[in-house]
Amino acid sequence: MEGDGGGLIEVTMRVNGREVKARVPPRMLLVHFLRDVLGLTGTHVGCDTSNCGACTVIMNGKAVKSCTVYVFMADGADILTVEGLSEDGKLHPIQEAFWDNHGLQCGFCTPGMVMTLYDFLGRNPDPTEEEVREAIEGNLCRCTGYVNIVRSALDAAQRMKGGGGG
Amino acid sequence: MYPASFQVFIPASLEEALELLAKYGEEAKVLAGGHSLIPLMRLRLAKPKYVIYLGKVPGLSYIREENGTIRIGAMTTHGEIAASSLLKARNPLLSETASRIGDLQVRNMGTIGGSIAHADPAADYPAALQALEAQLVVRSVEGERVVGIDDFILGPYLTDLQPNELIVEVRVPSLTGAFGTAYEKLNFRAGDFAIVGVAALVQLSPDGSKFEKVRVGLTGVSDKPVRARGVEEALEGAEAGEEAIAEAAEKAKEGLNPPSDIRASSEYRLEMTVALTRRALEKALARARDKVA
Ligand SMILES: Cc1cc2nc3c(=O)[nH]c(=O)nc-3n(C[C@H](O)[C@H](O)[C@H](O)COP(=O)(O)OP(=O)(O)OC[C@H]3O[C@@H](n4cnc5c(N)ncnc54)[C@H](O)[C@@H]3O)c2cc1C
Ligand code: FES
Ligand code: FES
Repeated sequence: MEGDGGGLIEVTMRVNGREVKARVPPRMLLVHFLRDVLGLTGTHVGCDTSNCGACTVIMNGKAVKSCTVYVFMADGADILTVEGLSEDGKLHPIQEAFWDNHGLQCGFCTPGMVMTLYDFLGRNPDPTEEEVREAIEGNLCRCTGYVNIVRSALDAAQRMKGGGGG
Repeated sequence: MYPASFQVFIPASLEEALELLAKYGEEAKVLAGGHSLIPLMRLRLAKPKYVIYLGKVPGLSYIREENGTIRIGAMTTHGEIAASSLLKARNPLLSETASRIGDLQVRNMGTIGGSIAHADPAADYPAALQALEAQLVVRSVEGERVVGIDDFILGPYLTDLQPNELIVEVRVPSLTGAFGTAYEKLNFRAGDFAIVGVAALVQLSPDGSKFEKVRVGLTGVSDKPVRARGVEEALEGAEAGEEAIAEAAEKAKEGLNPPSDIRASSEYRLEMTVALTRRALEKALARARDKVA
C-alpha cells in the first residue's frame, strides 16, 4: 500500500493447509489479503463495517470477521476459508445441507454463514433452532429470510453427527 | 475504508509492551481484539501513529480463582468468559453478560480489557462489573495499581487510564452461599449494544427469608455505568420476595438523566430501566432460592 510510513511487516500463516509467507503493510486487513493477494475471493466483503459477517473465516478454529482483523494479527495462525472446506471435490456436510435445503438465494452471505456454522457446530453438535438463530446473529442475509438457512444448519448438524466429515 | 498508515510494534513480553507504551504512549494505541479500535481506525476517527499489539504477549489470557477472588487476564475474550465453567459456577453474572455481547465472531475476538478501556457508555460488561464491585489491575513501567471500576470509568469513552498504562487483570468475587445473578439487556437488533442493560446480584440469608446483599449495575442510561444504590438500600435487610422487588425497582431511575438518541428516548430508557431492574432481580432471586437447601 502506498504511503505506509511504518514499512512492511513479514507474516507467515497456513491458509487452507498451505503455508503462506508475505510482506504486508500493517494496515492491510485479512479479508483483502485473502482476496487480493491470495486470490481467495470466496470470502466476501459485504458491509465493510464489522456488521454483516460475509467476510467470516476460521482463524485458529474460531470464526472471525476478516474485515476486522489486521493481517499481522493472523501471523502464525491457521486460516480456513470456504475454498478449503471441500475435500477431493466433495462438499463439506454444511455445504451439502445448504444445497439440499435451498439455504441460499443470491449466495452472497453463504460463505460467511457456512464458516460461522463450521465454528458453531464444532462446539455444539446438537443445537436447538434457537441456538442456531443466536449463532448466526452476526451474519446478515438480504434474501432468504433465514428460514432455510436455519433448516440447513440443523440438517448439517445431523449429517455431521452421522460421520459425514467435518 | 482503509485506516491511515501506522507503524506496528508486536512486543513479546509484558515488560517490552510497557516500555513501548512509556516511550510512545501519547502517540500510540494499544491493540487487543481490535473490535472497537479497528472500526474506529477504518472510519479514521482514530489515527494512531503507532499501534502496540498485545496478541503475542504471553500470560494475559487466563481465568483463575485465588482466595475467594476470580482473576481474569485482560486479553481473555468474551467467548472464553462466556464459556468458562469456573465463572458459570462461581460468578455466572460475568459469563452471562459476556454471552450477550455482540455476536459469535465479535466474542471470539473482543477482550474484557479492551471493552473496559474503550468505555463505550452502552457496553455490557460495565453493568456487571459495577454490580460485582470489580477491581482492575493496571500496570506501567512505574509499577502496579488497583482501581475500583467506579473510579476507573469516568465518562463516555473516558477512563482513568494514563497513556503509559495497561489494564492487565480484572478481579471479581468468587460467589458462595445463597446467591443468584442475572443480566437483562434491551436491544432491538441482533448483536447490538445495550439500549439499557441491568445486572443484578442477590445474596439471601441462609434460610432464604431475607435479602442480605443486593447489587444492581446499570449501563446505557448514564454517561457512565452506575449502581442503582436506592434499589440496593431499599432491599437489603428486607423480606425476600417479588413485592419488595417491584417496589424497590422504581428507585432504579432516581438521579438518572439518560440520553435520547435514534434508538430510544430518555423517557423510554427510564421506564425500561425500572422494568429491567425488576426482571433482573426477580431472576436473580429465583436463582438464589434454588441454592437454599
Ligand atoms: C459488530 C460489533 C458488535 C458489538 N457489540 C457489542 C455489544 O453488544 N456489547 C458490547 O459491550 N460491546 C460490543 N462490541 C464491542 C466489543 O465488545 C469490543 O470487543 C470491545 O469493546 C473492545 O475490545 P477489544 O479487545 O476488541 O479492544 P480493541 O478494539 O483492541 O481496543 C479498544 C480500546 O481499548 C484499548 N485497550 C485494549 N486493551 C487494552 C488493555 N489491556 N489495556 C489498556 N488499553 C487497552 C485500545 O487501545 C483501544 O483504545 C461490538 C463490536 C462489534 C464490532
Ligand atoms: S464485511 Fe466484514 S462484517 Fe461485513
Ligand atoms: S442469499 Fe442473498 S444475502 Fe443471503
